[in-house]
Amino acid sequence: MTLRPFKKITSIVTPLEKVNVDTDQIIPKQFLKLVQRSGFGRFLFFDWRYDKQENKRPDFVLNDLRYENSEILAVGDNFGCGSSREHAVWALLDYGFSVIIAPSFADIFFSNCFKNGVLPIILEQATVERLQQEAGMVEVDLECQTITSPSEVIHFEIGTYRKKILLEGLDEIAQTLLYERDISEFEKKSMIPSVL
Amino acid sequence: MNIVENILARNSGRSSVYPDDVVFANVDKVMMHDVSGPGVIKVFDKLEKQGISVDKLWDPSKVWVAEDHFVPSAEKISAENIVKLSNFTKNYGIEKHFKYGMGQYGICHTLSHEEAMVMPGDVYVGGDSHTNTTGALGAFACGLGHTDIAYVLLNGKIWFKVPETYYFELHGGLAAHVMAKDLILKIIGDIGTDGGAYKTMQFGGSGIDEMSVEGRLTLCNMTTEAGAKNGIVEPDQKVIEYLSQRGATDLNPIKGDDDAQYAKTFEYEGSEIEPMVAKPFSPGNTTVVREAPSVELDKSYIGSCTGAKYEDLKAVASILKGRKVKIRTEILPAAISIYRRALEDGLLKIFLDAGVTVGPPTCGACCGAHMGVLAKDEICISTTNRNFPGRMGHVESQTYLSSPLVAAASAVTGKITDPRDL
Repeated sequence: MTLRPFKKITSIVTPLEKVNVDTDQIIPKQFLKLVQRSGFGRFLFFDWRYDKQENKRPDFVLNDLRYENSEILAVGDNFGCGSSREHAVWALLDYGFSVIIAPSFADIFFSNCFKNGVLPIILEQATVERLQQEAGMVEVDLECQTITSPSEVIHFEIGTYRKKILLEGLDEIAQTLLYERDISEFEKKSMIPSVL
Repeated sequence: MNIVENILARNSGRSSVYPDDVVFANVDKVMMHDVSGPGVIKVFDKLEKQGISVDKLWDPSKVWVAEDHFVPSAEKISAENIVKLSNFTKNYGIEKHFKYGMGQYGICHTLSHEEAMVMPGDVYVGGDSHTNTTGALGAFACGLGHTDIAYVLLNGKIWFKVPETYYFELHGGLAAHVMAKDLILKIIGDIGTDGGAYKTMQFGGSGIDEMSVEGRLTLCNMTTEAGAKNGIVEPDQKVIEYLSQRGATDLNPIKGDDDAQYAKTFEYEGSEIEPMVAKPFSPGNTTVVREAPSVELDKSYIGSCTGAKYEDLKAVASILKGRKVKIRTEILPAAISIYRRALEDGLLKIFLDAGVTVGPPTCGACCGAHMGVLAKDEICISTTNRNFPGRMGHVESQTYLSSPLVAAASAVTGKITDPRDL
């Protein structure tokens, strides 16, 4: 309804070769006081992107001009661990990332992605590492569940419902609330008789 | 079924559930605070623009609110968020709003047990990742993002994938000077910071039976640092008494069945656990204190939902009594009720005599927000739960996580110190 429907994305892959990237690194705490959803992009990975004088750190991958307009981030294991702050997803999306590829994600972060139109893709570690090393242009096709790089076509898994909400740009919470009555009816009908 | 499966089955109206089943479960209690609350308000605003009614909550009596992360307000945005939160609770008729400066208030996870907000068998969700803490009372307790909290506020239900359970069995009690914090640091070091990802971490065995309710709260609190969906301990008489003392009645605990299944069992000997620290920059980067690096500490921080409950402060006082701190030391009791007991029992005098500054309850420096954050290159020993880069202040500061006893012993020597060596 209000989210941008998820289209095919063709973009260079930004390789962030770190594991256990926690939400304190994604969006440091001093920015949590802000509650507007837009504008968080400039604070994404703040302490990695900027030095004390708030000059860009040239050695950080987001400051590499090659990746300037990248929409795909490839990261290590357990991405998004730490706090439940939804600001972490807001910051990634506002910066421009709509696909995050990792061998594994932290639970709450993973769930928060779908609430905000971000596609988290889980792939084998070796595949993620290959994408990071190539750091080339790829096409992410959610409809076909494929990532196509110059060298290969990679299939990825996603639940049917989550695929639908992203493809149609549905707002998960609005959807569920609109269908609340149907959901309750279904729950009642399909329920195994309760013992309690 | 084990305890978590029994709770989720009951709350979703099913006779049985199995790991990986998706259930739509009724929620018994929901909590938000001064960071997640304003986030939820934002989601409500958005829903309203889409024509979805957000005029009333599913059940305001099941919602409670804490002010903890950015209080006392250090600047105007935090102050405004507190006003927003107050308006929200007033408009929606939420009566359980613990306001700082108005009697009892404190860190949300501490209030959950101090104020008996959560009962054994409850499905309890909160807009904070350490909501896991309260599983120590025998509840299914876990953290959610803002959107999910908004959904629960309107609907009273949420879906869960039934987690597999890892069972951590402690044989025999912990030795003197060893605390629950040491055990959970040991476990996280063993299984890694994603070792419990989307699992229930359940604690049991004779060592857990012996452990106090507050010790169990510390264990469940840091299951979050292992990536767990939730932590839980089966409720026993200690839990019933603990909650009864705090005004709870009609307790109806749920336990696991005799044939409860666990995906994996991990066994620990209580007598073999030693004082531990987690070195920078991960809660999984653990070592026993006696093998910790010999660094010059700048500060000892005793606070947070993990390490500033009453027993934590009592342990600290046992070390600081008659001693002086050598480095800057701050103690922030996790709730006003704990502060009051510390005053009445003479702990505050011991702290002040030792040279410590005692502050008001707040998440403050634990999440690097305010009230004692670290400068560049400063090294802190802390009873908190995370030591990611910049977590407690400057990105080039360092935090070692420890038990309250280790943090107190280290405050006295200025180095990371095993309380047995003091």
